[in-house]
Amino acid sequence: MHTETEARPTGEAGAAGAARRKLLSVAEHTIEIVSDAGEGAQKCGQIFGAVSAKMGNGVWTVEIIPAEIQPPPRVPDGASGYRIRIGSQPVTNWGDATTLAVAFNEQVLLARHRLDALAPDAVLLVEDKWATDEDPDIRAAWESAMAELSGREYRIVPVPMEQQCLTLVDNPRKGKNMFALGMLAYIYDRDMDRVREQIAYAFRKKSEEIYRSNVALLELGYAWAGEHLDFRIEVAPAPSSGALVVMNGNEALGLGAIASGMELCAMYPITPATSVSHYLSEVFERFGGIVHQAEDEIAAVGVAIGASYAGKVAFTITSGPGLALKTEFLGLAVMTEMPLVVVNVQRGGPSTGLPTKVEQSDLLAALFGQTGDAPHVIIAPATIEECFHVMVTARRIAEAFRAVVIVLSDANLATGVTPFARPKPDVRWQAEPLDLSPVPDGQKAYQWDPRTGLSPRVIPGRPGGMYTVTGLSHDEGSKVAYSSGVHQHSSAMRSRKLAVLQSLLSPPPVYGESKGDLLIVGWGSTKGAIEEAVDRARADGLQVSSTHLRFLSPLEPGLKKIFKRFRKVMTVEINYSDEPGEPFITDENRRRGQLSLLLRSSTLVDVDCWTRVPGEPLRPGSIVEAIRSQLHYLHHSPRGGNQS
Amino acid sequence: MTLHSGHLPVLELNAEDYEYEMSDYEGARARWCPGCGDHSILTAVQRLLAAEQLAPENTVFVSGIGCSSRLPHYLKTYGFHGIHGRALPIATGIRLHRPDLTVFVVMGDGDCTSIGAGHWVHAMRYNLDLVVMLLDNGIYGLTKQQTSPTTPQGFRSNTQPRGSWLPPLNPLQIALGVTNASFVAQTAEWVPAHLYATLRAARQHRGLSFVRILQRCPIYSSAVYLEAVQHPANIRMLVHDDGVVVHELDKIYTNQVAHDPHDLDAARRIAGATDRVNLGVLFRDGSKPRYEETRRVPPRTQAERVALIDAELDRYAI
Repeated sequence: MHTETEARPTGEAGAAGAARRKLLSVAEHTIEIVSDAGEGAQKCGQIFGAVSAKMGNGVWTVEIIPAEIQPPPRVPDGASGYRIRIGSQPVTNWGDATTLAVAFNEQVLLARHRLDALAPDAVLLVEDKWATDEDPDIRAAWESAMAELSGREYRIVPVPMEQQCLTLVDNPRKGKNMFALGMLAYIYDRDMDRVREQIAYAFRKKSEEIYRSNVALLELGYAWAGEHLDFRIEVAPAPSSGALVVMNGNEALGLGAIASGMELCAMYPITPATSVSHYLSEVFERFGGIVHQAEDEIAAVGVAIGASYAGKVAFTITSGPGLALKTEFLGLAVMTEMPLVVVNVQRGGPSTGLPTKVEQSDLLAALFGQTGDAPHVIIAPATIEECFHVMVTARRIAEAFRAVVIVLSDANLATGVTPFARPKPDVRWQAEPLDLSPVPDGQKAYQWDPRTGLSPRVIPGRPGGMYTVTGLSHDEGSKVAYSSGVHQHSSAMRSRKLAVLQSLLSPPPVYGESKGDLLIVGWGSTKGAIEEAVDRARADGLQVSSTHLRFLSPLEPGLKKIFKRFRKVMTVEINYSDEPGEPFITDENRRRGQLSLLLRSSTLVDVDCWTRVPGEPLRPGSIVEAIRSQLHYLHHSPRGGNQS
Repeated sequence: MTLHSGHLPVLELNAEDYEYEMSDYEGARARWCPGCGDHSILTAVQRLLAAEQLAPENTVFVSGIGCSSRLPHYLKTYGFHGIHGRALPIATGIRLHRPDLTVFVVMGDGDCTSIGAGHWVHAMRYNLDLVVMLLDNGIYGLTKQQTSPTTPQGFRSNTQPRGSWLPPLNPLQIALGVTNASFVAQTAEWVPAHLYATLRAARQHRGLSFVRILQRCPIYSSAVYLEAVQHPANIRMLVHDDGVVVHELDKIYTNQVAHDPHDLDAARRIAGATDRVNLGVLFRDGSKPRYEETRRVPPRTQAERVALIDAELDRYAI
């Protein structure tokens, strides 16, 4: 797959070592920087990722986050860091395993090893000061870690990071990350001017002195690597594809909200959604908007509903536990047909669950969490680019359909960073200025079109309206009504809107051949990993395709027709399902993946599922394995397949 | 706005000349029980709206759930009958987005002091320009006689049939304890002149005016305010030029105390006194910061926003 040639010295320190070294040309590489919390590994990774994107590589980065803010040093649980997958093509997911890691101590490296995060032949650059530490326990820990790591074909390169840094600074804990960045810049031949530029941006709020010290450490790392490493790695840039921007999914959600013309974000802090509000709090006011940090999750959605009622559609952002608290208010918004956008950046659950980790397990809660019949829209962006555009779509649907729209993102999109086509903001994306003209004579509060259930919205300030909206069941005039037939009719009107919305959607495209043995169905952030897995499986001759749903409520049309062209249909999701064959699990009592449950009920096709809750994004390699085992079963079991 | 009979002919009607009358604010026919104190409050509110000449289309009444929260249905203004305990967040959203609207909040004691107590405390602190009415009958009425936080100790209800276990919560003390509280008053629906004057003072205050209105429920808690209703001597009128003075009541309510509503310490002492029922403005301070003003940002046109987003995208460009 990769080629090894003799390196031509390039870059600043290229000639320094002058020794013969191998140049490894690869289509992609996955790099990790891991440290104790607070040692700056994330900043190092962010800068490396940004520079790689600017140099034209496909890039996907993810954070490695410990659960605690300041876990004790040198413990595997405390591993904190950043993982960057770079490629010669656009990179759509975090990939399978790390091929080169820089670790600030052997314990955090051990954590990554134990999580199976490292490729069997990974290169591991590890701070070596612990090997000779004065504390015998630390020396013993180093020895035992090295013994454990030696079970694989890793190439371990001890690096005297701290000793080197001490030649420039007094506190190497604060500078090691820049030394590491310098090493990586050398190994991957990064443009040092761009690296310095990115450092200047990352430390823009700090003093000039800090910038200079960081650049000195960067250059030291670069020079050290040039003298001591016998390899470099080349990942050619991706073909240029027009103007790009690079950001994480939460920044994209925030910018998308601004582009949609919404002007009020009401929220309560919750991981991993909060960084949307961090971003918005910094910039929103310049755009005429505000972030209101409410006293609790319930108030946050209430404020958004009040704001929407009075004017432009507002939004609230939350994660699973917060969505649970907002439930009653969502019912009120549905009943009063109040346009509202609710962003749920999902995390692992139930309860506090895995607050910093990815999961796609709020689909059913988002869809069915409200009491009574509460039809509303659910959209799940599949990429970071879609996180931007989904906000514009959500606002428009909320407004046009007088509907609640829940946007389901997740921690993978929230913290992943990748380049995408630069959006071209358009005035038509934005809400219209408020219409305060008199309400036409005789117009009712809910002037339902009997075919579509749609009705014009009236906001306070319009003479002639003066309706009182209510969460009680009501007729067209918003009059509380208990008479038989009214609730039936109003329920139908609220529900009909979803069918009307579905009639405007197109069937989802199929990735790969439009028929075959196996169709994978996904939703949300797994698109990149699923499609990469499909590519690999198809390259091996397997008849597998995939399709990816953005609309979960209403479901996109034409699914049954698509499903019927495959022998087997299976969802791939990051939520829990029982494994067939486990004790007590039968076909009848098996609890299935959340999307598969929906698809089974709406298509009556025996949609299977393969789901995992590892607390990390799915790896394309593990999806390929799932595909293989499904197809093996399909071809070798007399009852294989579900379409016969 | 509807043209009132006997008023100017349609063709000459000019919104600026039009004078609203109480009947312009009449919505659906009130369906509270006969003798319910809420009727009196509805009338006082309609009188206030007419006195203040508030355009019905620019006025919003927000309520929670309970008997009192039906009030918006009985007015011809915009109304939002929300969910239990959550009227204040809705009102907050309205004010943040539309400071041009006049917003009233109507809550019962369950709404405000129990399920929505958190919102109550924080709304007082935000100090948005709202008139917040707590219609306190000391009982859950709509759900048929359960103990509320303001139910007197020992009072028998369906949930505490051997008498309420706890001493009642004092809403005035809580309101006066919140940082940035700017207006706290107490009145009673059976003293309509005082009720009206207090609501008027609340409306004219800039900031969140919290008005606890003692309100009789003739069905489930008729005894709660009986002593005060029957014996005016049990009422202490707080009077001050910056508070509420209703001279027509002087002969009935002879127990009058001059109280300067700018004196917070005195207000807290009065709020804690249990010997008599205090009616009047306990505290007011129009200089407290108002959240909708603190958070005001310059508006942007669609075109301005597009240009700004484009500039923002430059930050992320590669």
